[in-house]
Amino acid sequence: MTDEHAVITNSLSRSFGAVRAVDAVNLSIPSGEIYGFLGPNGAGKTSLVRMLTTLLLPTGGSASVAGHDVVTEPAAVRLKIGAALQAAALDDKQTGRELLQLQSRLYGLTRPAIKQRINYLADLLNIDEALDLLIGTYSGGMKRKLDLAVAMIHEPQILFLDEPTTGLDPISRVELWDEVRRVNEDRGVTIFMTTQYLEEADYLAQRVGIINQGRIVAEGSPAELKRSVGSDMIVARIDGQTSGAAEACEQVDGVESVEVYANEITLSVDQGSKVIGPVAIALDQSGASVEDIVLRTSTLDDVFLHYTGARLEVDANIAKEEPA
Amino acid sequence: MTAIGLTQVQARNGGFASDVSAISRRALRSVLRDPESVIPGFIIPLFFFTVNTGALQNFVEAGGTLDYKAFQLPVAIIMAVTGPLSRALTLVEDVRSGYFDRLVMTPVRRLALLIGMMVADIALVIALSVPVLILGYAVGVRFETGVAGVVAFVALAAYWGLGFAGFSYAIALKTASAAAVSSSFMVFLPMMFLTPMFIPLEAMTGWMATVAQYNPVTYLLGSLRSIITVGWEIDEILKGLLSVSVVVIVSMTMALLALKGRVSRQ
Ligand SMILES: Nc1ncnc2c1ncn2[C@@H]1O[C@H](COP(=O)(O)OP(=O)(O)O)[C@@H](O)[C@H]1O
Ligand SMILES: [Mg+2]
Repeated sequence: MTDEHAVITNSLSRSFGAVRAVDAVNLSIPSGEIYGFLGPNGAGKTSLVRMLTTLLLPTGGSASVAGHDVVTEPAAVRLKIGAALQAAALDDKQTGRELLQLQSRLYGLTRPAIKQRINYLADLLNIDEALDLLIGTYSGGMKRKLDLAVAMIHEPQILFLDEPTTGLDPISRVELWDEVRRVNEDRGVTIFMTTQYLEEADYLAQRVGIINQGRIVAEGSPAELKRSVGSDMIVARIDGQTSGAAEACEQVDGVESVEVYANEITLSVDQGSKVIGPVAIALDQSGASVEDIVLRTSTLDDVFLHYTGARLEVDANIAKEEPA
Repeated sequence: MTAIGLTQVQARNGGFASDVSAISRRALRSVLRDPESVIPGFIIPLFFFTVNTGALQNFVEAGGTLDYKAFQLPVAIIMAVTGPLSRALTLVEDVRSGYFDRLVMTPVRRLALLIGMMVADIALVIALSVPVLILGYAVGVRFETGVAGVVAFVALAAYWGLGFAGFSYAIALKTASAAAVSSSFMVFLPMMFLTPMFIPLEAMTGWMATVAQYNPVTYLLGSLRSIITVGWEIDEILKGLLSVSVVVIVSMTMALLALKGRVSRQ
């Protein structure tokens, strides 16, 4: 298994009526990798994960997971994968241990194996104290961890995580990142995760695919992707018209590309500290009223902007922690 | 720590019986943790039995030899085992929360997801028959057929309960809507009331008598009553068994088709 590919897709597509949710996606993910699938709401992330986890049939192309075709050999695929799908799917009326035991039995685990797996995962994911409480009483972060444990109970080779930290507060999010990384390092489990969060993809994934409207628009390691749009970014916010101002910036020496989104002009530049002065002067001369101007290193959001013409803004306030 | 993690776990299908037992145990655990959901199932039949016999006993018994309490006990047991007790609402919640997807992603046999719930239903139905039987005994109802008759009585009622539950499972899997599942009880009302529920079939007249003749519950009631008051009257019992079987076949077919649709990956 180690030298094989965990996931291979070939023009994988899924339409819902006229909507092309996933449009000719080609993936090739080696075993042991953490692959991050980054895209906004409605990009097609969940549809893709549901196809790879045998819950949804493709309408075009093919996919093989752990060496088995998802359409013709779903049963073989299921034995090798685990998944925590969007919004922790648990049962509030059971305890964590009962849920793990039920799941183990459906995977045909023997009694001693069940006991060992539960102990091991409780330890790995720090869910010991919560195991014998009803799931209905868990905090959001604890639910996500249990969700992860349930997904791993049968020692899968590949884990699919669909937006594992959406809805979590920042602290639980970072904690879960560490658990995910530990799972990957400890057992070499391949992890395919989707996210809307740049920092998440940046921090966790060895390789990132950026998906927009069902298509992969860019793929590479976070560093490669950022380099592809230039190392430094100058972002100027303009009060009013951006068109004259954007053209003025294009003329400045050292400016490699100019993207306009809403009232922001984003310049990818070679050496930011040298170029920012001339850019400020050019903006001033163009008559634009500049609200502020910042110099920073590039982020995956800039990559997203570069390839799609839109920002991947996710409102940080949507992260809600359920009461413990 | 790593040593523990290194157990060789062999994921496989656990076998049908093991799947069913795991699924049904979970369903029964939820019932025990949420007893409010079954309490009406214990009270309503006792209430109907008390009210019906209290109000109508003297009136109906006046003209003949009918033992009205024995006549009403089958009505109570049918009420106990029908409708609101099925685990179909749990299934709706599972589909909505995504937990059903999680189950479907395991190697579990698809059929076990449904049968497991039904096994839990049967356990519950038997539990619900107990108070009805105790009340019947307390007010002096005795089975002509003895203990074996009591077993046959509960089994036949449970068979009907399962047949009826099939409709709620079909609706649950098809619609994933709690409101739609609850409305399956609307089907039960005419089936229960358009029968010789209050008076014998011979005494019924007009359109109700006609409808009752085509209602399977009429023959179920007939069998159950015969088991109590007459003895082992095989053709009466067969009539009930066959009419309930028709219901079971229809509802189970619908439930299986709905299950197939739900796991079809479309
Ligand atoms: N079952 C479905 N029926 C119809 N349209 C769907 C269905 N599932 C997803 N879609 C559509 O497919 C597109 C991609 O959705 P999804 O895969 O959920 O994206 P994401 O997970 O990235 O938010 C959206 O336009 C969505 O409305
Ligand atoms: Mg999604």
